[in-house]
Amino acid sequence: MTPEDSRYAKSHEYINVEGEVGTIGITEYAQKELGDVVFVELPQVGTQLEAGDELGSIESVKAVSELFAPVGGEVIEVNERLAEKPELINTDPYGDGWMVRIKVADLSEVDELLMTAEEYDEYVETESH
Amino acid sequence: MTTILESDAATTAVPQSTNREGLIFEHSKRGRRGYQLPDLDVPEDAEALPASLRRGEIVDEVEVSEVDVIRHFTRLSKLNVSIDAGLYPLGSCTMKHNPRLNEELARTPGFALSHPLQPDHQVQGNLALIWHIEQTLKEIFGLPRVTMQPVAGAHGELTGILMVHKALAKSGNARKYILIPDSAHGTNPASAAFAGYQIKELKSNNRGTVDIDTLAAAVTEDVAALMITVPNTLGVFETDIKRFAEILHDKGAYLYCDGANLNSFVGIARPGDMGIDVIHSNLHKTFSTPHGGGGPGAGPVGVSERLVPFLPTPTVEKREDGTFYLDHGHPDSIGRVRAFNGNFNVLVRALTYMRSMGPDGLRRIAQIAVLNANYIRARLRGSYHLPYDAPSLHEVVFSDKLQTPKDVHTLDIAKRLMDYGFHPPTIYFPLIVAGALMIEPTESEPKEELDAFCDAMIAIARECEERPELVRSAPHTTPVRRLDEARAARQPVLRWKR
Repeated sequence: MTPEDSRYAKSHEYINVEGEVGTIGITEYAQKELGDVVFVELPQVGTQLEAGDELGSIESVKAVSELFAPVGGEVIEVNERLAEKPELINTDPYGDGWMVRIKVADLSEVDELLMTAEEYDEYVETESH
Repeated sequence: MTTILESDAATTAVPQSTNREGLIFEHSKRGRRGYQLPDLDVPEDAEALPASLRRGEIVDEVEVSEVDVIRHFTRLSKLNVSIDAGLYPLGSCTMKHNPRLNEELARTPGFALSHPLQPDHQVQGNLALIWHIEQTLKEIFGLPRVTMQPVAGAHGELTGILMVHKALAKSGNARKYILIPDSAHGTNPASAAFAGYQIKELKSNNRGTVDIDTLAAAVTEDVAALMITVPNTLGVFETDIKRFAEILHDKGAYLYCDGANLNSFVGIARPGDMGIDVIHSNLHKTFSTPHGGGGPGAGPVGVSERLVPFLPTPTVEKREDGTFYLDHGHPDSIGRVRAFNGNFNVLVRALTYMRSMGPDGLRRIAQIAVLNANYIRARLRGSYHLPYDAPSLHEVVFSDKLQTPKDVHTLDIAKRLMDYGFHPPTIYFPLIVAGALMIEPTESEPKEELDAFCDAMIAIARECEERPELVRSAPHTTPVRRLDEARAARQPVLRWKR
């Protein structure tokens, strides 16, 4: 089930916004497509991002993929556990497998740029193969 | 050459490998030696070397005899899969037969034993060879100069982009971006980033090619070049390439062509005529030299007139009296990109191949490479999904879409192919195809080998329907079974321990 309290980017990141803090990770569909994740490269705390900027990269047994910021903001926390346990992204993408927390610069971007869970599910349906 | 498991017994009671060859450490026997030294016949002086320079005991040093060493490595070599044993159809990175004549000439003492620091007059033959291979590539590329220094395709990419950078910088603005389609070779963005550029990705259209409008909208005064793989990783030729060149040139940008796939149009079309400013060619794939990754490689770069001043130095030039010399005098050069003159002995092999094929033979290479790939495409298209239907050249990309309903995926199909005795094709690349299976047979394969490969692929497609578990648990007949790649990447064990 795609969590309904988050918003989704076409590049398969989610953001879960509480107040002005957004927690970013990749979706269940994305982790499944990537396969076993072996390494994640995340930004430094304090990095300023605009929507669509490269946020980091994720390496699986299949390929290295880029991560993109779904909305703009400042990185305030990264999930340090992923350095030791990148497999959390596979086992719990919406929970312990989160990647980055940002202070969202402009909350209106969340609604303007991103999809709801329902829209994202439809998007995945049409996009997959 | 194939071992095909037909009985159910084989899937349940899989014969465990009996030919596991341990590491050389495991063959070690205390006190065993592969040499005999004469007894020490001078007084022993333990203090002659200060203690800090003396080696202590090496823990677990390997102690083996000559026969142990030879048998160990010979047994290992028998486990190796290579082009000399069968089809090696890795799309994009394929291997083709390397004629033994290439090896014969590369071992000619004049080439093999010369030293790169010998003065010009002693190595006229070597310089002549570099000069001749440049002339041949100039003709093939339809471009005025070619540097032979880069030692791999990606090295050629970096060299090419550095020239673009220098040319633009000299005219006042090195610019910021390199445009790269999502169907390009994976090394392209890496090379452009290494040269200091930011990458902007261009989405392919439903033919798998770049749209003129998409490109025109993306080319601004900040764009240094478009790096495009022609034909691209789907094996599809960019039919609008000339128009791309015009759009770029109008804005003062350059057209870079990744020419790794030159084997599909050598002798038929010339990059220079397409408006291409820079092209590299991985010599192994078109001109039958050792493979870059397995090295040593070579990735010569051809340039248009505007970029000639920026070529790496030294260049090889011919005097009017017919002698050759190294010319270091190019003030705008990006400088050396490699010690000496690149991988010279690879160039010997490539020129041997060019000369033994001749112009008509080279054209025939392209024709047969395209024919072979399309033969596979035609035979397999009923069994595997073809995500892009545009006419393809030297390689063909299928996907696992027809197999995923049975929960069998590309990786499983590739592993199962090993049970049939074939090296798997490239998988999960290009990235624009989910579950990609990218097959490039090259022209060196006879029809019988192509048929055996297609038969195996068709048999596997049937197994995916009828006995998916057999495919999911493959390989069954290889020295080791399915490897835990994730654990190997997450917790690599890099040193042997008892």
